Amino acid sequence: MGFLRVEAVARTFPGLAGGEPTRALERTDLAVEDNDFIAILGPSGCGKSTLLRIVAGLDQPTQGRVVLDGEPVSRPGPDRGMVFQSYTLFPWLTVRQNILFGARAAAEVADRLIVRVGLRGFENHFPKMLSGGMQQRTALARALANDPKILLLDEPFGALDNQTRSLMQELLLGIWEADRKTVLFVTHDIDEAIFMANRVAVMSARPGHIKADVRIELPHPRHYTLKTTPEFSRYKAFLTEHIRAEALKAVEQGAA
Amino acid sequence: MLEPLKPVSRSTRVVLGAAFFLLFFGAWALATFGGWIDGMFLKDPVYTLKIGWELFAEFNFIRDVGVTIWRVVGGFVLAAAVAVPLGIAMGAFKPVEAFFEPFVSFARYLPASAFIPLLILWAGVGEAQKLLVIFIGSVFQIILMVAVIVGSTRRDLVEAAYTLGADSAGIVRRVMLPGAAPQIAETLRLVLGWAWTYVIVAELVGSSSGIGHMIMDSQRLLDTGQMIFGIFCIGVIGLVSDLLFKWLNQRLYPWAF
Repeated sequence: MGFLRVEAVARTFPGLAGGEPTRALERTDLAVEDNDFIAILGPSGCGKSTLLRIVAGLDQPTQGRVVLDGEPVSRPGPDRGMVFQSYTLFPWLTVRQNILFGARAAAEVADRLIVRVGLRGFENHFPKMLSGGMQQRTALARALANDPKILLLDEPFGALDNQTRSLMQELLLGIWEADRKTVLFVTHDIDEAIFMANRVAVMSARPGHIKADVRIELPHPRHYTLKTTPEFSRYKAFLTEHIRAEALKAVEQGAA
Repeated sequence: MLEPLKPVSRSTRVVLGAAFFLLFFGAWALATFGGWIDGMFLKDPVYTLKIGWELFAEFNFIRDVGVTIWRVVGGFVLAAAVAVPLGIAMGAFKPVEAFFEPFVSFARYLPASAFIPLLILWAGVGEAQKLLVIFIGSVFQIILMVAVIVGSTRRDLVEAAYTLGADSAGIVRRVMLPGAAPQIAETLRLVLGWAWTYVIVAELVGSSSGIGHMIMDSQRLLDTGQMIFGIFCIGVIGLVSDLLFKWLNQRLYPWAF
């Protein structure tokens, strides 16, 4: 059972110009409980983004299906909010107008979120006037303002520098601890996965499938100092072994 | 001294831009006053300016200028009114593009000036014929360029809008249109420049008013001064309309500049 169920989902991309088809995702099953925070961890090119895009409805599985809250997913919809790795704010809209883009976004919610993500004073700025971190905070607020059932995050902090990235992790975690929204977070960063998630699903090299599902039994609320504790290090050592083996496979396949 | 892409200050830009005009008129004055070129082929700048003044003062040249501007703007607005919506539809919806694109690509290469004899036959030598020349010259260009602009809308912005609950109509109206608007405006600015070429060609043949007609008349009188002044007027009007368009675009789309 589960709030979100990925049922036997597989994705094969047709080969280019008569070439071999690419098996991006092998038969994958995943169940996510309501209000849970799951990280999907894997080396680059393992199909983790493909899986997330299928959950978002932006890509169609070759086999299997995705069910959210009892409803099968067939196309993108406002019940699945998404933050992308690339900067996807609408350049012609201000920060506030971007946050209000969603059909279900209300003005007072937007104002609260602007304060929550630390963008007060920047409401009327255009995206090009913002730093990368501020743009991603706006994108996060935009997804949250639409009040989705689940938040899908595709390496949203991947393009940011280390310090900004840590602050963004704390910000997102703080929001999750306060609101307990269901989150599916894709990343290749082991620290990021352990620090934020309650469960880490480790994906194998291409063709991707979930090869380990690890519970992170660290109490909430979590503080950034957690990253230097022995428990954290144990998880990290364990996951590093898993990921390393997969990354090596990926390099051998020429995928990374 | 010269570094690639290094910006230049506003005042230096103005000075440099004006300097070339000075140089140009200087060379012209030198060639004509210095006796290098026969006055029959090229009149000197002072005479040209004087004859220009006479044109306005005695021959009501302002009316010709007005008529020409009205033809350009009229034909151009008609073309844009047809081409922009069609271009947007082609850029957004691939079956529409597949339907129109081959024909429009073909029609784009039909020279507008080659239609003039045919258009005189169909529409006479009145205003309709002038407007049609400009229309034919502009419409296919605008369609194709707008289709390309709209078709190259950032895919990730479209996807982001989908995940925020937008439907197909919402994608076109709230993502593709606002995103493409500044570039469409730039395209219109460019094509308006071309429309000026077509209007003069249209006025050279079978016309009784307009700047092109005045130039044609001057040829009969062998008055190179008037001809050059007419050509200059077109340049000045073109420059002014271009600056206006640029200024308007920057006002309308501050996020894009």
